[in-house]
Amino acid sequence: MGIHRGHRARPAEWLAEKFIFLVSLTAILMVFLIFIFVAREALPILFGQMNSAAARPAIPAKEMDRLKPEELREYLGLTAAEFKQLDKEALQALMEVREEEAKEAPKNPDAQVNTTQWRYLLGPHQWADSRPEERYVWQPVGRIHKYNLIPLIIGSLKTTLVALLFSVPLALAAAIYVSQLASPSWKEWLKPAIELLSGVPSVVLGFFALIVMATFLQGTFGYESRLNAFVAGIALGLAVIPVVFSIAEDALTSVPRSYTQAALALGASKWQAAWQVVLPAAAPGVFAAVVLGFGRAIGETMIVLMASGNATIVSWSLFDSTRSITATIAAELAEAVFGGHHYRMLFLIGAMLFVVTFLTNLAGDLIMHRLKDRLEGRAK
Amino acid sequence: MTAAPPKAPRLDFRSRGFDFASFAFTGVTGLATVFILAILAVILVNVVWHGWGTFSWRFLTTGMTTAAGGAKDMFNAGEAGVLPMIIGTALRVLVMTIVVVPVGVITAVYLTEYAQSTAWSTRIIRGAVSNLAGVPSIVFGLFGLGFFISFFGRGLDGGALEPHWGKPAILWASLTLAVMTLPLVIVATEESLRAITPGLREASLALGATKLETILKIVLPEALPGILTGGILAVGRAGGEVAPILFTGAAYYMRDLPHSLTDQFMDLGYHVFILSTQSPDIEKTRPILFATVLALLLLTLSLNLVAVLVRARVRRKMRAAH
Amino acid sequence: MPAFNAASVQLNRAAPAEGAGAPLIECERVNLHYGPAHALKDISLTIGERHVTAFIGPSGCGKSTFLRCFNRMNDLIDSVRIAGMIKIGGQDIYGHDVDVIELRKRVGMVFQKSNPFPKSIYENIAYGLRLHGMKARTELDAAIERSLRGAALWDEVKDRLHGSALGLSGGQQQRLCIARAIAIRPEIILMDEPASALDPIATAKIEELILELKREFTIVIVTHNMQQAARISDYTAFFYLGELVEFDRTAKIFTNPSKKQTEDYVTGRFG
Repeated sequence: MGIHRGHRARPAEWLAEKFIFLVSLTAILMVFLIFIFVAREALPILFGQMNSAAARPAIPAKEMDRLKPEELREYLGLTAAEFKQLDKEALQALMEVREEEAKEAPKNPDAQVNTTQWRYLLGPHQWADSRPEERYVWQPVGRIHKYNLIPLIIGSLKTTLVALLFSVPLALAAAIYVSQLASPSWKEWLKPAIELLSGVPSVVLGFFALIVMATFLQGTFGYESRLNAFVAGIALGLAVIPVVFSIAEDALTSVPRSYTQAALALGASKWQAAWQVVLPAAAPGVFAAVVLGFGRAIGETMIVLMASGNATIVSWSLFDSTRSITATIAAELAEAVFGGHHYRMLFLIGAMLFVVTFLTNLAGDLIMHRLKDRLEGRAK
Repeated sequence: MTAAPPKAPRLDFRSRGFDFASFAFTGVTGLATVFILAILAVILVNVVWHGWGTFSWRFLTTGMTTAAGGAKDMFNAGEAGVLPMIIGTALRVLVMTIVVVPVGVITAVYLTEYAQSTAWSTRIIRGAVSNLAGVPSIVFGLFGLGFFISFFGRGLDGGALEPHWGKPAILWASLTLAVMTLPLVIVATEESLRAITPGLREASLALGATKLETILKIVLPEALPGILTGGILAVGRAGGEVAPILFTGAAYYMRDLPHSLTDQFMDLGYHVFILSTQSPDIEKTRPILFATVLALLLLTLSLNLVAVLVRARVRRKMRAAH
Repeated sequence: MPAFNAASVQLNRAAPAEGAGAPLIECERVNLHYGPAHALKDISLTIGERHVTAFIGPSGCGKSTFLRCFNRMNDLIDSVRIAGMIKIGGQDIYGHDVDVIELRKRVGMVFQKSNPFPKSIYENIAYGLRLHGMKARTELDAAIERSLRGAALWDEVKDRLHGSALGLSGGQQQRLCIARAIAIRPEIILMDEPASALDPIATAKIEELILELKREFTIVIVTHNMQQAARISDYTAFFYLGELVEFDRTAKIFTNPSKKQTEDYVTGRFG
């Protein structure tokens, strides 16, 4: 009988299956590629090959012809377009300027500092032209390039904190209401209505924060900076609410109705059943919702770019203008010289951001599975 | 039978007083729900209120270039038009859809129809999809720049000094967005594949159809609403995203409409950003800013609404069938 | 009417409890509609205190629906309309001033499919106790032990009270649900086919348990297993297509029923 001919009998089927499998690997491939190609641009910094010091050994102008065009362009710190526009004489002039600079620079100790090293990226440094309390400075533009990640990290964390404090209680409360307490006919349209908030693009939320909310909030609370972590955080919270609400509501609704019925039959009221039985049973999903909310908040760009003020200062106050990692990349990449230290630095913080969200996602997944196992009696 | 003692003290079902806890709990959670909806309403009302005046047919169908070929003042409400932005947004979203829907559907088909849920490869794929969904949008922008433009595009250029492929363009922006919205399409498609009654597949196989035939002829047509939902969600999400296109193709001003995939493009969301942050006179720009936001919101919200309705239909069907 | 063979049916020989039998649940002309469907038609009966009363009948005859009227679990379904009078302890439980929460604390329920909470065994029972206001650890411990003993589960779980309830076998889970229900000491326990999902040995244990429990609680049990009804109940009500066909002492229903329909059902001619 010919039944057991296997894949040789239907080569098209077999091929199709393999093809489908290969296409499915795209997702894995993409995650790898993202990491590799973002990190690739940042690697020179990690290996200490970039030098942002203003005082670097200058190549004498007469030796200009020894350099290849690409090397010359990099040495002079020009973008491709600029490089094309300059003729040989202009390039020569630039090189002479560089020589001059090199002669001047050594007098300034700050100019020798290569801030792309980890010591400067994370630690404090007293710059000659900064006030004593400003020891963490991110100021890439200018003759002396100052890179320090602390202001950016603190900025991101501040806005994320405000966003989570604002959005998580609201979203969870709404999820409990819609999932457990509202009557079924209301639930039908309450859920899509709240999820409609996710259809508002982040640039619109940023616009709203900048143009409408900032003035209103400043009037109500009376703080100094019109744009700050607080305003950006609230707007960010609006973007996070639908994420947390959606997942938490799904998790609450998937709790088997038999639990609710058992609780009610024991004489619990609706809210007691919701709070004491359903919510704990939905804990894994609710936890996942919060983790995803965190990831969304820390990775959001447009809102913080438009509403947080973008001052790179280090301050614990929520009402001071602040700069986050994402806004930095968005604002500065266009002006960074391709392949230069600023460019690579921005890719570096981008790669760091990616790693943070990747790890958060991973940890969230693992903890969620652990919680689920414990709930279902499999773990000890 | 002996006489039973009076039951009243033991079995008393009357209320023990006002249940404050219930009231408070329901009140607080209900208030939270109302609050969220109120904020949404405030945003919508505000935008419509301030933007409706400038929102006109002329606004939607003219561009930023006068008939004579000069540039219009984009901050001037009387002159500006958003047609090139609408077209730019539509183009990049179209190219993205052509790429992401097939890949997403095929991946979802693999995950539901072929893969064993305990196999290593399956878990890694699912993990990758879930991780992809959590990548910040600006990192996608960096990826587009670092991979598509700098690596792939430059590679296609082959070292020429004047980059043709290796520069920001519709093509690269669309591909970047395709990677970003891939998880959306996969999840929506999977949901609708799972909603199909298993009996349908069994019936087809019992008649002697191969697995592939069953999928192509029976399963996918049934899952079409869900696939549609995924596509619409992807379009809605990508249409509003600005961070990924900042370095991969969005332009501040272009004289003409893009005429090839390697051209840059103007974009609604990006335009909102520019108008909000770079206007010389914010009071003068306000009307046109609000009108542009209104246009963008109409686009994304209506897409979202359609997707939600289709998805609700799919879920109702699933509940009825199971 | 020809009496059928009494020897083929094993009857409940347990003596009725002291002081049992006073009317506890009184129903008068109860009618229930699910939307347009008339599910319960003019049902009137009286259930006695500390009796075990069984509701029997073919599937879909309304016995579970009727049971759920007693603790108003039918309220959870939108399209339900109830008419008629149901009094428990002399009070109309559908009256305006009745708090359904208080009702459910006095009228407990055990479901067909066991539904322990995804918590520990201890916490499952403590839940109901805490709802009643019991807080002290020593009180809780004592009450939990008492209810687990009452459900004949204590010896099997006393060493793992804090393990997950979902790790127990099906029969143990159902006994846990019974323990959970009796822990708050309701007057009445409603059981909706409690053993239908269990194997014969677990079923036997539950039946033994019910005979023990009736000394303290009034039990109303829905079952599609006639032999079970005969074994454990004092009174039996036979339902068919939403109507109460006959309600009498179990011995009479199974040896000498008044209605032919009843006789046809209990002798297995249909259903």
